[in-house]
Amino acid sequence: MGRHALRRLLQMIPVFLGTTFLIFFMVYALGDPVAALFGDRAPDPATAARIRKDLYLDEPLWRQYAHYMGQVFSGHFGTAFDGRPVTDLMADAFPVTLRLTLVAVLFEVALGLTLGVATGLRRGRGLDTSVLLLTLVVVSVPTFVSGSVLQYVIGVKWGWTTPSVAPDAPLGQLVLPGVVLGLVSLAYTTRLTRTSIVENARADYVRTAVAKGLPRRRVIVRHLLRNSLIPVVTFLGTDIGALMGGAIVTERIFNIHGVGYQLYQGILRQNSPTVVGFVTILVIVFLLANLLVDLLYAVLDPRIRYA
Amino acid sequence: MPEPFDTPQAIAPAGGGAQALAATDTQALRGAPAPTPVVPAGRRGPGRPAGRAAAPRGLWSDAWRDLRRNPVFLVSALVIVFLVLIAIWPELITDGNPYRGDLSKAQDGPAPGHPFGYDLQGRDVYTRTVYGARASIAVGICATAGAALLGSVLGGLAGYYGGWWDALLSRIADVFFGIPILLGGLVFLSVVTSGSVWPVVGFIVLLGWPQISRIARGAVLTAKRHDYVQAARALGASDTRTLLRHIAPNAVAPVIVVATIALGTYIALEATLSFLGVGLKPPTVSWGIDISSASTQIRNAPHMLLWPAGALSITVLAFIMLGDAVRDALDPKLR
Amino acid sequence: MSCAEEQPAVPRLLDVRDLRVEFRTRDGVTEAVSGVSYGVDAGRTLAVLGESGSGKSVTAQAIMGILDSPPAFVTGGRILFQGRDLLELGEEERRRVRGARMAMIFQDALSALNPVVSVGAQLAEMYEVHQGLSRRAARARAVELMDRVRIPAAKERAGDYPHQFSGGMRQRIMIAMALALEPDLIIADEPTTALDVTVQAQVMDLLAELRREYDMGLILITHDLGVVADVADTIVVMYAGRIVETAPVRDLYRRPAHPYTRGLLDSVPRLDGDRGRELYAIKGLPPGPADLPPGCPFTPRCPRAQDICRTERPPLYEVAYGDAAYGDAPAKRTSACHFWKDELDARDAIAAP
Repeated sequence: MGRHALRRLLQMIPVFLGTTFLIFFMVYALGDPVAALFGDRAPDPATAARIRKDLYLDEPLWRQYAHYMGQVFSGHFGTAFDGRPVTDLMADAFPVTLRLTLVAVLFEVALGLTLGVATGLRRGRGLDTSVLLLTLVVVSVPTFVSGSVLQYVIGVKWGWTTPSVAPDAPLGQLVLPGVVLGLVSLAYTTRLTRTSIVENARADYVRTAVAKGLPRRRVIVRHLLRNSLIPVVTFLGTDIGALMGGAIVTERIFNIHGVGYQLYQGILRQNSPTVVGFVTILVIVFLLANLLVDLLYAVLDPRIRYA
Repeated sequence: MPEPFDTPQAIAPAGGGAQALAATDTQALRGAPAPTPVVPAGRRGPGRPAGRAAAPRGLWSDAWRDLRRNPVFLVSALVIVFLVLIAIWPELITDGNPYRGDLSKAQDGPAPGHPFGYDLQGRDVYTRTVYGARASIAVGICATAGAALLGSVLGGLAGYYGGWWDALLSRIADVFFGIPILLGGLVFLSVVTSGSVWPVVGFIVLLGWPQISRIARGAVLTAKRHDYVQAARALGASDTRTLLRHIAPNAVAPVIVVATIALGTYIALEATLSFLGVGLKPPTVSWGIDISSASTQIRNAPHMLLWPAGALSITVLAFIMLGDAVRDALDPKLR
Repeated sequence: MSCAEEQPAVPRLLDVRDLRVEFRTRDGVTEAVSGVSYGVDAGRTLAVLGESGSGKSVTAQAIMGILDSPPAFVTGGRILFQGRDLLELGEEERRRVRGARMAMIFQDALSALNPVVSVGAQLAEMYEVHQGLSRRAARARAVELMDRVRIPAAKERAGDYPHQFSGGMRQRIMIAMALALEPDLIIADEPTTALDVTVQAQVMDLLAELRREYDMGLILITHDLGVVADVADTIVVMYAGRIVETAPVRDLYRRPAHPYTRGLLDSVPRLDGDRGRELYAIKGLPPGPADLPPGCPFTPRCPRAQDICRTERPPLYEVAYGDAAYGDAPAKRTSACHFWKDELDARDAIAAP
């Protein structure tokens, strides 16, 4: 188990380096960070040169990258457009997005598992068909559409909640945005759970459990669910990382000052340290979530553990 | 983990919720040695002979027979044909001009001859919604074609030859999978000034191919294990011949399924990027752009949002349902 | 059907009467089991022989009450277990019988055992559910049970998962699970088919030994005549959802009363006697339940077929047979062949294996 974890961790390193370099390349090589610093004004050549030197921009790209990574690992992410350290922005933004993600995941798990199990056990009936159709519709409506519509209907028209979220993002105001964020994933969780249940319900070991004279409840919970939920749990794990990155649209709609908001500001103002810094952290979160899922998978499925 | 739609790695929830293509593939990060393809290649119904010539033909003709009787397929195919037609010839159903606006009518509701009302610049929402199909369909089809072509060639070769080429490709794919697609889109497209469809298509192909390549690789690996393929190789068939005649027909079905579903999500992705202001930009007419400008006016003029949003959702739904139906047809075991 | 048996004073352990099972699918309704009657007494072994698709496993699943419904439904007949008709019990009563009073051993233990639960826990579950034992006590019983079926280092291995055992050991665990509550009846559905030949004998011996020890009734479902000869008392041969012959094992081997049975016997390779004999193969394939011929379902493959076979379905004839020459008491035999007499006399007895 320990070796398994270590091996996975080591395998992550090249992926991490590759991904961050790609992002770094897009921002620093395709854009012009110095020109961006000056906004619309033409930069004074001497100043520009000095900044280039400070930022190692006069060196080859791989050295700039190496330098940047060195800085990152000593906790320096550079300065945002308003002069604050990027780490300050992160300290503000990440807790907000984390809370938003939490709401989304809770929503997705509670409803998705319930619907998935209910439909999987009643395959082909009315409930099953209508839920399946509904998930297709949910997947088809992009988050920015469902977000705008729900914000209008629930926040503005009915006034059940505030249409936009205060800067300190209290949990109560994050319920609607969380639902919006988790909506598409909810559809996937439902379908995945359903498929998994349907597949496993026909498995021999379920028949064995029935033949053992176990009550239906125990057959379902202990034998059917325990096996069926393995792929679902792994999906949910990766989804946490994905939701944090995808929160950008939801945060924009509901004016939530989270990671997506800061990143968006960074891109608008072409502030490279902000963009690269946030994306680097998100990539790390994403990779760690995957690692976690990987280990969780081994815990849940003994066949992996000893393989 | 079969069943493409329902497995997270098969589809890109591009709308911004779950993080797309890249993210959700657990297989990728587990680095499983022989990943199960989303749809095992050349799946045959029970009792159908596994003869080498019969297999692909039987699969396709059976699938076609199933599809023709499937109302979901018929409806979604009709919708798609209609969308493609108006994407090519929008004049068929509107004689308006999507760019001409009459500011005095800004945000006005429906009026005779203008059933969807007017937008912020007093342009006809109906005409703009009709013209918006072009960008969405173009991005969807071009990006899918590109990603499918690139992905299946690279993934297929990796699956067939294995070795260092396979290892290298898998690592490269992992890197692209590591980038959440919306973030990648924001970063990559924000440095592009052109507002046309091509940078968006290029970006989607760039981040979309690994998904297809993984499917193709798995499908080829499965097909390679079939006895008749082994036999063909043992009898001295060249690599090219084996790949094209024996493996490709079996491996192409899962790619088609995933690509069809991906098409819908790519359209949603384009609209999302346009909504965020980094995808298509005016003067290109796009549902995403219109929805973006309408979303700020939703309190005054909800009709501005409703129509392009509805058109977008129906388009995505049509492609996803088509993919769903095609999957069911090509994969009888899962019904 | 003419399996006219009067009700014995002491009810038989299991008495299946005229059982019918249908499969209802989108493509139509087919009958998988058409009026099957057989029984077994405590301490005896009944072998049910037949090719796949003959309905032998479906019958067993109907007895256990684990048919997949839909698509399978019991549409007629009675399943008397210790005198009670199981088909009239409620689901909860039925459940209490399952596992506790009658248990089943499945063919492929790897897929029949839950892959993510340790074998110890899967065994202990029987005691927890049926006897309300604490987890700890149940676990201790599970280890005893594993000892009982001679799994080495049972205590250490109780925490292992099914995939960590060899095929033979896994099948022993299946047997242990069936034995856990010392049921009165065990149904073993092809218990050794998935195993290596060398392991097959060990598992079969263990099963036979435990059956003796606990004085259980055993229904052994198989397509393998070799397995049957040593352990069974009575044999039921099934074909296309029906019983075609019932006989005590020695009688059946000596003088089959149905051409299908003879075909089966002749297609077993033998080391003794007639070396030069060509191995016999029954021609053709068994009919599916959907395309049964109107007469005797075996007609298309039968070397003895006459016109009457094609038109008239043979009832299950009582075979008057009890050959004093062999020192047997007259035994009850049945055969669903119009020409069972001819078949009986057709050849002189083949030496019992």
